[in-house]
Amino acid sequence: MGMTMVQKILAKAAGLPSVKVGDVVEPKVDLAMSHENGALVINQFKEIYQGTGLEAKVWDPSKIAIIFDHRVPAESSKTATNQKKIREFVAAQGITKFHDIRGDEGGICHQILPENGYVLPGMVVVGTDSHTTSHGALGAFSFGIGATEMASVWALGRVLNVEVPGTIKVVVNGTLPKGVEPKDIILHLIGRLTAEGANFKVIEFHGETIRRMPTSGRLVLCNMTVEAGATSGIVPPDRETVNYLRQEAGVKQIPQLFNPDPDAVYEQEIEIDASQLEPQIAFPHTVDNVKPVGQAKGIKIQQIVIGSCTNGRLDDLATAARILKGRKVARDVRMLVFPASWRIYHRALKAGYIDTLVKAGAVVMNPGCGPCLGVHQGALADGDKALATTNRNFKGRMGNPNAEVYLCSPATAAASAITGEITDPRTLIKKATPAGHVKRSTSNVKRPKAARKGRK
Amino acid sequence: MAKVVLKLGDDISTDIIYPGRYMATVLPSETPQFAFADNVDFNKRLKNKEIEPGSFIVAGKNFGCGSSREQAASCLTGWGLKVIAKNFARIFLQNSINVGLQMVICPQIEADEGDEIEISGGQVKNLTKGKEFDTIPLPQARQAIIDAGGLIPYTRKLILAQRK
Repeated sequence: MGMTMVQKILAKAAGLPSVKVGDVVEPKVDLAMSHENGALVINQFKEIYQGTGLEAKVWDPSKIAIIFDHRVPAESSKTATNQKKIREFVAAQGITKFHDIRGDEGGICHQILPENGYVLPGMVVVGTDSHTTSHGALGAFSFGIGATEMASVWALGRVLNVEVPGTIKVVVNGTLPKGVEPKDIILHLIGRLTAEGANFKVIEFHGETIRRMPTSGRLVLCNMTVEAGATSGIVPPDRETVNYLRQEAGVKQIPQLFNPDPDAVYEQEIEIDASQLEPQIAFPHTVDNVKPVGQAKGIKIQQIVIGSCTNGRLDDLATAARILKGRKVARDVRMLVFPASWRIYHRALKAGYIDTLVKAGAVVMNPGCGPCLGVHQGALADGDKALATTNRNFKGRMGNPNAEVYLCSPATAAASAITGEITDPRTLIKKATPAGHVKRSTSNVKRPKAARKGRK
Repeated sequence: MAKVVLKLGDDISTDIIYPGRYMATVLPSETPQFAFADNVDFNKRLKNKEIEPGSFIVAGKNFGCGSSREQAASCLTGWGLKVIAKNFARIFLQNSINVGLQMVICPQIEADEGDEIEISGGQVKNLTKGKEFDTIPLPQARQAIIDAGGLIPYTRKLILAQRK
C-alpha cells in the first residue's frame, strides 16, 4: 500500500521500510526549534538529569535552533532575565543556530528557519511553537510540541511514541483572482474543516495553484493548518522548493526529493477552486468563524496589523505598499507593520516599501511576534476591533479579552487601513498580479553578508 | 467524588486557560496564579483556595486548542484540577500527559457547575444528574509515560538505560 509524504518521512526517520497510520514510531529529529520558551525547556531538561549523576548535555547542539522573537526587545525584566539564561545555556552547550535580538540576523522563528536553510525536504522538525507546522512548506514533517517534550528531545534526539497520523489531501486548482491571496485559501479551508477538523491529522497540499505558488505562500498555508487542529501541513517538494533553497536559503546540497506514492491512502480529500475564491475574514473569537469579506463590510476597525509568522514576508509588505502608495491610513486607525525578519526588513527598505508605508501613516515595528500573542507592542483597548494578517483571533489575543480580532490577508488589511472599516481589497486594486502567483521579487537579491556569516 | 467547578464550551484555547501576556512566567511552581486569569471570578476563587483540589473542569470539543504553551497544562496541575472534555487538541493532550495533568475524554459528557462527578470503571458518573457516560482511553502510545508519572521521569529512565 502506498504511503503519504509524512508516512515516508516517518518511515525513514524511524529506520523502517514502511509505516501505517496508527503505528507508533520514535523518529530521529533533524531540527529542534525553541524561542523564549527555551527557558522552560532548559528547566525541564536539567530536571531530567537531576539525581542521575550524568552531565546534562544536549544530544546534538548543531540540530538545535533557538530564536528570540516572542518578546523582542524584552518587554520586562523577567523576559530579559529568561533571555539571558538562554544565552548562557546556548554558549555552554555550543548551540550554533542561535538568533539573538539583532538587526542583521534576527526575526520570527518561522521565517528564520527557512531563510537560513535550516529546514530541508524530508526532515523531521519539532518546535515548541504550535505554528511549527509552517515548515511543511519545504516538504519537511514539522510539528509543534510542548516544552517538556522538547526537553526529552534535547536529551534523546528523538520524539517518543509518535502515532503515525492520517492525512487529509487538499487539492487547489485554478488561478487566484486579483486581490485574493494564499491567506484566503487557508482561511476558507479552516472554515470548511472547522477548528478541530484536522486534529491529529496532516494536511497535504496538491494542485496546480500550489505548484505555481512561491514558497512564501506555501508557508502561509502550512502555518495555519494548526488552526484546523492539524499536526502539520505539508507540500510535496518541487522545483520551486529547490529554487527557494538555492537562491534564498543558500543551500548547496539539496537532498533527494520524494513525493507521496500515487496509491497513498488519504482519510479525506478536499477540492478548492481558487478562481472562485473571495477575500475571507475570520470573525472573533475562533479561526474557523470564516465568512467572505462582503459579510464583514463596514465593520469599523481601530487597529490594523500586518506581519507575523503568517503574513510578514516581502510579498506581503509589497502588497500592502502597492495598495497604500499615495494613500493615507484613516485618521482613527493605528496601522502596525511587523516584517517577519530583519532580512525582509532590509529588502523592504531597499525596495521602498517601508518608505511608502510610513508615509501613509503606518508604524513599522521591529521584526518579531509583536502584538499577535498580546504581550507588548500594540495591545488593544476595551471595545477595540483589530483587523490583522496574524493567525489567531481567540479571546484575549492582542492583550485584551474585551477587544475583538478579525483575521484577513495583507491586501484586505491594507485596503481596510485606508477606509477605517473592513473593505474588499478588490475595490481598491486597479492593476495587480494575483498574490499567489507573484514572481519572487527576492531571487535576484543577494543575501546580506552578515546574515550568512557563521550560520551554517 | 468531586464537584464540577467550571463549565466551558467548545474550542477553549490555551489563550483562555493561560493568557499570552503571562507567558514570561514559565516555571510550573509559578504558573498556577495565572490560570484562567481573564476569568477574574474563577481565578479569584482559585487564589482564595475556595476550590478543592481534585475538582473538575468540564468542557466541550477541542479543549486546549491553539498555542503550544505548556503553562496551560501546568497551571491547572498546580491547583490539582482535573479536566473532562469531549475531546482535546493534540498538543495540549500531549503536554498534559507529559506534566501529569489528569484528564478524561468523554464525548457525551453532560454536567453543570455544582454537579458531583465520580470516575470509575471507564465511565464518568454524574451523581447529581443520575447519568453515566463512557470515556475514551488516552492514546495507548502514551501509556508508558502516564505510568512513569510524566515525561521527565520517563526520559530519565531512558537516558540511564542508554548510558549503562
